[in-house]
Amino acid sequence: MSGITAFDAYIPRGRLSKQAIAEANSWFDSSLKSLGRGERAICNWDEDSITMAVEAANNCLCSKLDADLSSLYLASTTFPFLDRQNSVVVSEALNLNKNIRTMDVGGSQRAATSALISLLESSGEGDSMLVASEHRRSKAGSRAEMLWGDSAAAVLVGTNNVIAECLAIESLAVDFIDHYRGEDANFDYDWEERWIRDEGFMKSVPTVVDKLLDSSSVSAEQINHFILPTDQARTPAALAKKLRINPEAVVDNQIAEVGVAGAAQPILLLAKALENAKPGEHILLIGFGQGCDAVLLKATDAISSYKPSVGVSAALASRREELNYNKFLSFNNLVERDIGKRAEVDKQTYLSGYNRRKDLLTSFVGGKCRECGTVQIPREKYCVNPDCNALESQDPYNFSDKQGTVATWTADRLTFDWSPPAYFGMVQFDGGGKIMMDFTEVEEGSIDSGSKVSVHFRIRQFDPARGFRKYFWKAVIAG
Amino acid sequence: MASGIKDKVVILGMGCSKFGERWDSSPSDLMVEAFEECIEDAGVEREQIEAAWFGAGIDAFNVGSSAMPLAIALRLNYIPVTKVENMCATGTEAFRGAVYAVASGACDIALALGVEKLKDTGYGGLPQRTRGLENDMYWPNLSAPGAFAQLASGYRARHKLNKGDLKRAMAHVSVKSHANGAKNPKAHLQREITEDQAVNAPFIAEPIGLYDCCGVSDGSACAIVTTPEIAKSLGKENLISVKALQLAVSNGTESSHDSWDGSHLKTTRIASQRAYEEAGIRKPTEEITMTEVHDCFSITELVTMEDLQLSEEGKGVNDVLDGNFDSDGKTPCQIDGGLKCFGHPIGASGLRMIYENYLQLNGKAGARQLDDPKMGLNHNLGGFPHQNICSISIIGPYN
Repeated sequence: MSGITAFDAYIPRGRLSKQAIAEANSWFDSSLKSLGRGERAICNWDEDSITMAVEAANNCLCSKLDADLSSLYLASTTFPFLDRQNSVVVSEALNLNKNIRTMDVGGSQRAATSALISLLESSGEGDSMLVASEHRRSKAGSRAEMLWGDSAAAVLVGTNNVIAECLAIESLAVDFIDHYRGEDANFDYDWEERWIRDEGFMKSVPTVVDKLLDSSSVSAEQINHFILPTDQARTPAALAKKLRINPEAVVDNQIAEVGVAGAAQPILLLAKALENAKPGEHILLIGFGQGCDAVLLKATDAISSYKPSVGVSAALASRREELNYNKFLSFNNLVERDIGKRAEVDKQTYLSGYNRRKDLLTSFVGGKCRECGTVQIPREKYCVNPDCNALESQDPYNFSDKQGTVATWTADRLTFDWSPPAYFGMVQFDGGGKIMMDFTEVEEGSIDSGSKVSVHFRIRQFDPARGFRKYFWKAVIAG
Repeated sequence: MASGIKDKVVILGMGCSKFGERWDSSPSDLMVEAFEECIEDAGVEREQIEAAWFGAGIDAFNVGSSAMPLAIALRLNYIPVTKVENMCATGTEAFRGAVYAVASGACDIALALGVEKLKDTGYGGLPQRTRGLENDMYWPNLSAPGAFAQLASGYRARHKLNKGDLKRAMAHVSVKSHANGAKNPKAHLQREITEDQAVNAPFIAEPIGLYDCCGVSDGSACAIVTTPEIAKSLGKENLISVKALQLAVSNGTESSHDSWDGSHLKTTRIASQRAYEEAGIRKPTEEITMTEVHDCFSITELVTMEDLQLSEEGKGVNDVLDGNFDSDGKTPCQIDGGLKCFGHPIGASGLRMIYENYLQLNGKAGARQLDDPKMGLNHNLGGFPHQNICSISIIGPYN
């Protein structure tokens, strides 16, 4: 019996006030005022679909420490790299076994549900991970800007300790073009919402769901959690009614709290449903895009003892209000900012050099000396302990899961940073080892020597001239 | 057993350009300006110079990467010229090369010259530049004030100080240097400031504010050195000799080993201890008359006073506020205005600092002349608190 064995989520802490969006844009489109309630999740400047995926996947793995991963699928329509397997970057950031099977799945809003189906159908020994992560760009002043949000979620699929077993699967492939994004386009192009509802959702979803329920001998009334990812506020309830699913079963799309997270939305809402599901409850998950996917799951007794390490509700509650719409525009490269001459320095990444340091840069692995036990990062040929200095004496030692303490710090307003001031300083790790590193998402007045930190995989630098971006680990002040 | 450099080499002459925003002067112009003063002071001909060491820090914005710019600017006679670069210790490093060459007997008269042109970047502050392929991959994109602001946080944590007390002592450091610089016609900044101005200036990198930072300037300084015997044979009297010349370079312990807490400069402690031993100094507070230290930022100077053993550890704030390092204090520091008022043309600074000690020892420091100075210490710190190069030179009357 295959099914879900773990789940978790990551929602960026930044939450942009929708009123701020409306105030900036309703002079042009007054209809935006009616959407100006609540907030949406926004990536910090140093977050993207890869970094959010690492966060969600790591949270998920932390809740199931005995997971034996054989594969990692990453679903998104906003991969930072079109040709460089994004899931491998995630895998290395998680310091996973190098023999793991990885795959990027994209091209549709149902990329994640299709990947989930594939894993459910093929699951054998061990666990497979699906991470879905989305950081969609939308034009300034668009409805999409109001309705969408950035997020990631992860599930493990396997056959041992299943918390939600898969009862049935159904798919439909129809080239219904509600929206699209062509090869050279920065933004989606979409068609009228009412047409999408009437000719899209209301026709293809029932076709698939009816067939699914027939094959599983579960009735519509027995669905306890109905997940229909969409930015159309009323469509899930309308569909539930048409399908004779209990209206209370509709899982809210969180438009006013997070925004719809594109290809990650089905998995984020699945995580939310699983967080609330009781043993025996049925979950109907839909993925919509050029047809649709439907997955019917049933929570097992094991779900009552499963605790996500973070979970959707806690991720929702961990937030930082952002009232500055201009900052959002800048972070998403929607406005050409004057970023100063200090930003003009060439950002070339020397790939061979980068490759030599990949353990440090992507996996945040240092060394532990076999001779004296000293833990250190970066890992060099000679041990750093002045009383040891042994040659090639260090075993790899992972720092990405360590907590630390701020030894020194500053807020630098002279150097270039996408969100000044640039915070950085020396972090002393619990268990030994130290490094000078960037801090991210620091709120003024929240940092001093002695502050506790955890470390997170983030974008370090963009190289727009060559379409590259560098990642590294940064410290975040603990909660 | 090495006997050290003490009294083996004397300074024959020194020169220093006006420091400042020298918009109309090229690096060559600055070199010539410093050299002309130096060679006249030395009383020798250019043809008598047998070897030269050329210090320049930031290739991309300065003169490029070889020794040729010095040879060309001064029309040196196809002598050996060596380019040296060791971050902010570059000037002293050039001096060290020339002094060692003379001490070795390889040549009789050697030249050390440092120059830096920092004002051709189009923006304020030090030029934004690479830290090398490796470091660029993961180091924070720190500015110089950002690097040394961390020292303030480490020092404050170590000694459990509140932000206001440390900031006030930092302000005093800068107020003192500005008062000194106001009396120096070669300084870039020649005006006094108040403690309120310093405390209330906007942060550049917390807690470093505008007046905690040294200036950014163009400039050049140079020295001609020889042996005491040759100097005497040239008719020189009241010789000033090199008493100590030390360098300590971080080996990564501070940046990667748990033994360093970010509150002090390990290299300064090591280099100064070696320098005192080389010079035969047992009680620095009694024997050192004046210091020119690397006040790239006010906090660096304050912490350096402790690392040079001129303050007890943890007593720097009190000693600064008590005026120990003011022009009328026990051990005046930056009597010429320091990096604070001269700015810090990287390659030139070390030589500019030795120049001031040299003027003071010769009684030629004009309005800022100290009474009966005996021993002058010069200190440079290149790099960052967690990875740096410290150079120390001590000069005094030749015995």
